[in-house]
Amino acid sequence: MTIAIAMSGGVDSSTAAAILTQKCAPSEPLGNPPVVGLTMQLWNQRRLPQLQGFEEGLEAGRASGRCCSLDDVYDARRVANFLGIPYYVINFEEAFEEAVVRPFVKQYLAGETPIPCSLCNTEIKFDRFIETAVEIGADRIATGHYARIRYDESAGRYQLLAAVDRGKDQSYFLFGLTQHQLSRALFPLGEYTKEQVRAIARSQKLPVAEKLESQEICFVPNRSYHDFIDAYLTEQGGKPRDARGELVASGGQVIGEHSGVHHFTVGQRKGLRVAAGSPLYVIEIDAKKNRVIVGRNEELLKCRCTVRNVNWIRPVSAGQRLEGSVRIRNKHVPAPARIEVSSTSGAALVEFVEPQRAITPGQAAVFYDEDEVVGGGWIEGAY
Amino acid sequence: MQRVYLDHNATTPLAPEVFKAMEPYLTGEFGNASSIHAWGQRAKAAVEEARENVARLLGAQASEIIFTSGGTESDNLAILGIVEAARTRSCTKHVVTTAIEHHAVLYAVKALERQGVRATYVPAGSSGVVDPLDIRRAITPDTVLISVMHANNELGTIQPIEEIGRIARDHGVAFHTDAVQSAGKIRVTAAPGVRLLSLSAHKLYGPKGVGALYARKGTPLRPLMYGGHHERDRRPGTENVPGIVGLGRAAELALEQGHEEASHLEKLRDHLEEQILRRVPCAYVNGGASPRLPTTSSISFTGIDGEGLVIALDMRGIACSTGAACSSGSLEPSHVLAAIGKSREEARSTIRFSLGRTTTREDIDYTLEVLSEVVNRLRSLSPNYKEATGDQLSAISIQK
Repeated sequence: MTIAIAMSGGVDSSTAAAILTQKCAPSEPLGNPPVVGLTMQLWNQRRLPQLQGFEEGLEAGRASGRCCSLDDVYDARRVANFLGIPYYVINFEEAFEEAVVRPFVKQYLAGETPIPCSLCNTEIKFDRFIETAVEIGADRIATGHYARIRYDESAGRYQLLAAVDRGKDQSYFLFGLTQHQLSRALFPLGEYTKEQVRAIARSQKLPVAEKLESQEICFVPNRSYHDFIDAYLTEQGGKPRDARGELVASGGQVIGEHSGVHHFTVGQRKGLRVAAGSPLYVIEIDAKKNRVIVGRNEELLKCRCTVRNVNWIRPVSAGQRLEGSVRIRNKHVPAPARIEVSSTSGAALVEFVEPQRAITPGQAAVFYDEDEVVGGGWIEGAY
Repeated sequence: MQRVYLDHNATTPLAPEVFKAMEPYLTGEFGNASSIHAWGQRAKAAVEEARENVARLLGAQASEIIFTSGGTESDNLAILGIVEAARTRSCTKHVVTTAIEHHAVLYAVKALERQGVRATYVPAGSSGVVDPLDIRRAITPDTVLISVMHANNELGTIQPIEEIGRIARDHGVAFHTDAVQSAGKIRVTAAPGVRLLSLSAHKLYGPKGVGALYARKGTPLRPLMYGGHHERDRRPGTENVPGIVGLGRAAELALEQGHEEASHLEKLRDHLEEQILRRVPCAYVNGGASPRLPTTSSISFTGIDGEGLVIALDMRGIACSTGAACSSGSLEPSHVLAAIGKSREEARSTIRFSLGRTTTREDIDYTLEVLSEVVNRLRSLSPNYKEATGDQLSAISIQK
């Protein structure tokens, strides 16, 4: 069996590669190599050089700490050489732009706060990547995600479980995986804590053992999403838009002006530029009317949300009600809730036991039964 | 696992004879070729003997050979050096080159454009060969340089450099040819019209990091770098003695064995192509009807991603490439295939096999066996393939 490991050049995927390499001895001297390292080239950092603060873009590829920078490819290659496994860079730039970057920009302009990582997982890492891995002769793929996959013999299907290390658990980003994808994937880090992973990297003397982690969205430098969106739209030939609109209090009165809905996210306090007696927060974004609605913190508390494009990992029937807990953003602790499977396909209604703050359209709502991911989808609205 | 190396256009293995010739200069004979003493003299003698050998390969004089760090430096020295030298003669300058050059030429010309030099990129037709008349038409009174490669690195197509040389001479324009891919594979001579010619040691079984530029006697050339008086003031820096000795020996071997080797490799290459076309549906050879290097084969497989195919073949022990090694990773579709009118899709489905001195019939047969198996598997996985090819699935075509 040959396993293709997705290597980003970071500690996690490098350690995952090291663990696999140790576990998989070459099966036969003349066969395929047991572990192959692959790096997905997703975004050309030379594009939009203005975001990097470089003039010509010559240095842009060196921007560190982000995926697809030359440094990260260099690191991934160094680790692969260190482990003695074959290594290749595969280019998914076009697919990534189509499946991740464009929807990301579109959703922001529609007043939502998207999570490109989840889209990337379902559309690229566990779709195109699996496809390519199979093409080049691999049977399975592995990634450095903190999550677990278990095969439930009695039900004859795969389960997705949260990682043992709850602080690092990334199952939230993986809710979109299908049975086919789960059957092909391995998460070597799911049973380890971050500390253990770092310790393995150090004990094996991996060249990236001390590398710092990046928390950014890979193609957006410096976490400045609106700068990225503006630069991307300009690159795509869009004229500089006047995206300004009204800032409206929850009571309905116009109290100021905003610089474009894509500069805001639900729950945001900074950057509103209005004076008020008590702190103001974005409580809703109405892209159709180009309005940002602000109000008090309490107004952010909502009890229900509607979820679209739900992927059920555990089979359900229309109209079924489940008791479980729901996570509405990455670092959110899953909150007890009742989940109603809508009769219309792919939708669900979530009713929390306690009101939740800043349920944000565009983020994922992921349904858990204990540590099992039952399913998940995209938050459409909250009320 | 059997290992087959079919990427000789990227680089060639060091010939054992070359290694043997270099060995003393990597060990005991470490002298600086510019030193007065005996160590220096022996190193100098070795460098000059190598110069004689390179000159002999090209039918040139030893004094016309400048040693450099490789093909890229030779191209840059020729192009930037000629245009820089013309600065004192004219205010407006123009360069003629082609759309299928190696990046070492293309990007040097682009750098000149940023400094105000005008440039014309003559296209090559679907044959992969530039029409000399198009070169002639591109010449203006301001033209100071024509740069046209000898053999294309991706297609292997051979450009009519004798004819272009004549045109250049008639117009009094300096002519440079990048012979990095052809030198050592086919006869390369400093034909009368050729003023400058680049070659690289590692493409002809010599070491990496050394090359040469032939500059005809009397060619005005400004150096790229400043330093000592090495290489007649045209290329400063302590001579890379072992590298230069390796290049010299490699040139000598190419002159001795070149012809015989070429006809042997051509037979193997033709066998490879014939069998691919016979066994693999919807495959075609690019530039197949043009005069080509005997070693090079550019083949498109409809509906296949070339990158995936190269990796899949590598996992089975076969080394080939999607195009120029220097461009991998950037993964823009090949500018060469675009220049000969291939679509993005066609360019993407193209891989290059390049044979060399050590290639055997067994290598080719193993490649054929694995290739047809891998291509069939990839196509069975691709939902687009049946759609794209419809019922011409059995069609076999050579693009003429």
